[in-house]
This record gives sequence, structure tokens and C-alpha cells, in this order.
Amino acid sequence: MPADFISNLFVFILAAFLGLELIKRVSPLLHTPLMSLTNALDAIVLVAAIIIAGRHETKLSTVLGLIAVAASFSNMVGGFLITDRMLHMFRAAKAKK
Amino acid sequence: MTALATQQLIDLSYIAAVIGFILALKWLSSPVTAMRGVLIGEIACGVAVLATLFDPQVTHYKWIIIGLIIGAAIGIPLGLVKMTAVPQRTAMSHAFGALSAALIGIGEYYVGTAHLTKFEMLEIGLEVIIGSLTFTGSLIAAGKLQEILPQHPITYKGQNVVSLSTLGAAVVIMLILMAHPEYTHLFQAMIVVALLFGVMLVTPIGGADMPTVISLLNSYAGFSAALLGFVLNSKVLVVAGALDGASGFILSVIMCKAMNRSFTNVLFGAFGQVQVSAGKVAEGRTVRSASPEEAAGILAAANKVVIVPGYGMAVAQAQHKVRELFDGLTKRGVDVKFGIHPVAGRMPGHMNVLLAEADIPYDKMLDMDEINGDFPQTDVALVIGANDVTNPAARTDHSSPIFGMPILEVDKARTVMVIKRSMGAGFAGIENPLYYLDKTLMLFGDAKNFAGAIVRELAGGHE
Repeated sequence: MPADFISNLFVFILAAFLGLELIKRVSPLLHTPLMSLTNALDAIVLVAAIIIAGRHETKLSTVLGLIAVAASFSNMVGGFLITDRMLHMFRAAKAKK
Repeated sequence: MTALATQQLIDLSYIAAVIGFILALKWLSSPVTAMRGVLIGEIACGVAVLATLFDPQVTHYKWIIIGLIIGAAIGIPLGLVKMTAVPQRTAMSHAFGALSAALIGIGEYYVGTAHLTKFEMLEIGLEVIIGSLTFTGSLIAAGKLQEILPQHPITYKGQNVVSLSTLGAAVVIMLILMAHPEYTHLFQAMIVVALLFGVMLVTPIGGADMPTVISLLNSYAGFSAALLGFVLNSKVLVVAGALDGASGFILSVIMCKAMNRSFTNVLFGAFGQVQVSAGKVAEGRTVRSASPEEAAGILAAANKVVIVPGYGMAVAQAQHKVRELFDGLTKRGVDVKFGIHPVAGRMPGHMNVLLAEADIPYDKMLDMDEINGDFPQTDVALVIGANDVTNPAARTDHSSPIFGMPILEVDKARTVMVIKRSMGAGFAGIENPLYYLDKTLMLFGDAKNFAGAIVRELAGGHE
């Protein structure tokens, strides 16, 4: 097993456990915004897509990179936009009147 | 600046991004701090993306810019959909996330085929398989939620054997590629088989299981991004993928628990079979029905009312009428709360978003565990478009297919009112003994119209 794999696995395990602890605390009220926000954060694969599209190695890899940039950026923009819209709707009773 | 120093700055920006991601999730724990969470998430992504544009590997910007423009053109409308369409939008975003992860993996394969080790082939293979099956699986889920595809589960004999063999075939092809990297055309076969498996995975699941499926696909999309991080040796992807995967995983577990079912049970569709045997029709039992006028009278005389919304409320677009009902009753001094079952609606938290959109304060929305203790002190439990999640058979009838499923115990309230189109059964096709209780009044009609009629009666009686 390559050394890179081991260090990545290390990071993965830590992040997964941290994620489990953090997400357990999210109120069920906000489970839909949670899903759209994690989706937007997951769209960080855009950084890998940018490198593939910008490296310009072969025609195929550039085309794949282009589609990947579009798909992940649409997730990033759309995910943040809708999460923001949803959270704006949640207000407490005290704010009323 | 030297290339090395640039690379280090980019890496530092990724570390900053990871901190932002973690804070974003931390702040999402409460509606009070959640907006701050979105902002920090946006900053984190922005920093990481900007830094990447300065990566020395990036030499051509044309395709990146075109990709970003197309992405914005798709993403902005998808961020502006109506709240009722959020489940299918979410499924689409799982599809896009998985698609981009799979395509990057495929790109890496074709760029690096000459010098891939066995281990790298394994990583790329797994990543592309999971990304591909999540892509088609999410498209099918989105199609079902958008009602382009039939919503009910599509099953046939021997389905599980066929589906699992398909997944097995994809894995076997990957193993062959590890041993014989020269068979590059097999890589395409592996992608096709994985895409096919995604279709097979979601087609047999439907109806009440959609919240679980959407959570599972969320989890797969996250893990495919994390695997891509392994392939590219990119820690920021490993972390973001692990967080997203963990989130989907927890939601799936919550959904499964809320239906008292295991993962395998959801995936290998037991409800399809159950449906047939569960037709325990209550012959000779009678129900009591009431008019909007009578319902309004009982509600106005109550001190404490709990409204239990379900997917039927969303279908009838009744949430705004429900809000008027909430206002009308609150004005009369009635204490009105909402009891929300974890699997109500088509995705986790769906009901909360719809009610929040209708301007109902979130501190009036309580989840199952919070509200269940209140029902014995509740004068009226008003069920709108929910069925199986209120079925007392889950508590009492060992032969019921939903026995053991945690329910909203509306039958413990003094009076139960159920707005329903007809006596038809719910998703699971199970008879609901709640409707035959002496304390239950059936309010037959469309949820929106009936709620509107009660609102008019309440207003009329007041003048």
C-alpha cells in the first residue's frame, strides 16, 4: 500500500468521525438545508475539475474536465443559493410582530 | 514566486477551506447560527477555487471559464426552484456531484493509463464505479420525485440476483483491469455496467422509501468525492467527501430507524411483498365524519392543538391554508404546535421547509420525540395528509407490516381529526385503525379546500 494512501486514509477516518459528531447535532428542523449545504461543500471537486480542464493534456480529458467543471460549479452555486433561501424562511415566533 | 511556494500557498488555502467546511456544519446545528454557516461555507469554497486558478498545472483558462458559465447557467435556476421541488432538485445535485467525480476519475484513467499501478487502478476503478452508479441512481430518483417516472416500486422476480450480479460484474471487470491493464476497452465496459447498476438500484424503491434513498445517494455522492481525493491525493476532497458522506449516512440511519427498517430491507425492497399480504380490510367498521363547521367548532373550543402534516399536505399545496388555520386558532388563544415525523415528506426535513416557507415559526415545529409526550394533554390532533406515520397498529398489532415503527401517537389525544380525500390506504397499503376509533372524526376532502373551509368558519364565527 502506498504511503499516500495511508495518510489519506488517516485524514478520511478523522474527517468522517468529525462529520458524524457534527451532523448528529444538527436539528431535524434543518435536515433539508443540511443536505443542500453538504452538497454545495462537496462541489469542491470543482478544484480537481479545474485542473483537469486547465491542464489541457488530451482532447478527451479537457472535455471531461469541462463537463465536470460545469456539473460541480452548478452544484456549488445552486446548493448555496437554495440553502440560503431555505434558511431565510426559518424564523422564531418571537420575531413575529 | 516559485512553483513550490505557489503550491504551498494553494495547500494552505485548502486547509483554510477545510476549517470553513467544519465551521459551516457546526453552525448549521441551530437555525440561529445557520446563516453564518452558509456564509463561511461560501467563503471556504471561494478561497479554494480562487487559489486553484493559480495552480501552475493550469495553463489554459478558456474551457474552465466556459465550464463555469455553463455551471452557473444550470446552477442558478436549480437554486431558485419552488420549495415543493426541493427533493428532486437535491436528487439532481447528487447526480451532478457524482457525475463530476466520475468524469474526473475517468479523465485521470485516460491520462495515466501508461503508468498506473495495481493499487491506483483499484482506487480509480472503485471511484468510477461508485460515481457512475450514483449518477444514474440519482437521475432515476429525481425522475420519480418529479413524477416523470412511476413512483411506485418496480419489482420483478429474481431482481436482487440480477442487480447484485450486475454490481459483481463491474467489480470483476475492475479486477481484470488490475491484472491486465492493457485491456483498456474494458474500462468503458465497467462504466456502462456501473451506470446500469445505478438504474437497477433505485428503480425498485419508491413511495415512502424516497427519504431513505435520497439520503443514501447523498452518502454515495460524498464517498465518491472522497475516493476521488484518494485517487488525486487531494486532502481537501477527502475531507469534503468524508463530511458529505457522513452526513448522508447519518440521515439514512435516522430515516431507517424512523421506519423501523434496516438498510438491506430498504435496498432489497421488502415493502413490495408486504403490500399484498397486508390487505386486512376492516369490514363492517364505521367511521364518523364531520363538516368544516363542526371541525371549526371543536378546534375553536380546544386549548391545545397539534397539527400533524404529511406528504399529502405538500401534494395539495395546503401549507399556506394551514398557516391561516394556525393564525386563526392562535388568535383565539389556542396553543397550536406541529408534530413532524422524520419520514414525513419526500426527503429528510421536507415538512419543516414547507411550513417555514408558509411562515410558520420553527419553534412551533416539534419532532416526533419532542411531541409524543404532549399528545395525552392535547385536545385535538389534526392530521393533514399523513397516514402510516400515525398508525397505532405499529404499536399494538404484531402482524402489521409496520409493527415496531415509531409513530406520532395522535390516538392519545382527546379528539383526532383526519383530513383525507377518501378511505384509501397510505404508501404501504396498510389499513389504519386510527380512523375507526370513537374519538376520530374524518374530514373528507382536499386538504387545501378543507383547511380553507375551516378557516372561513373560524372567521365567520368570530364576527
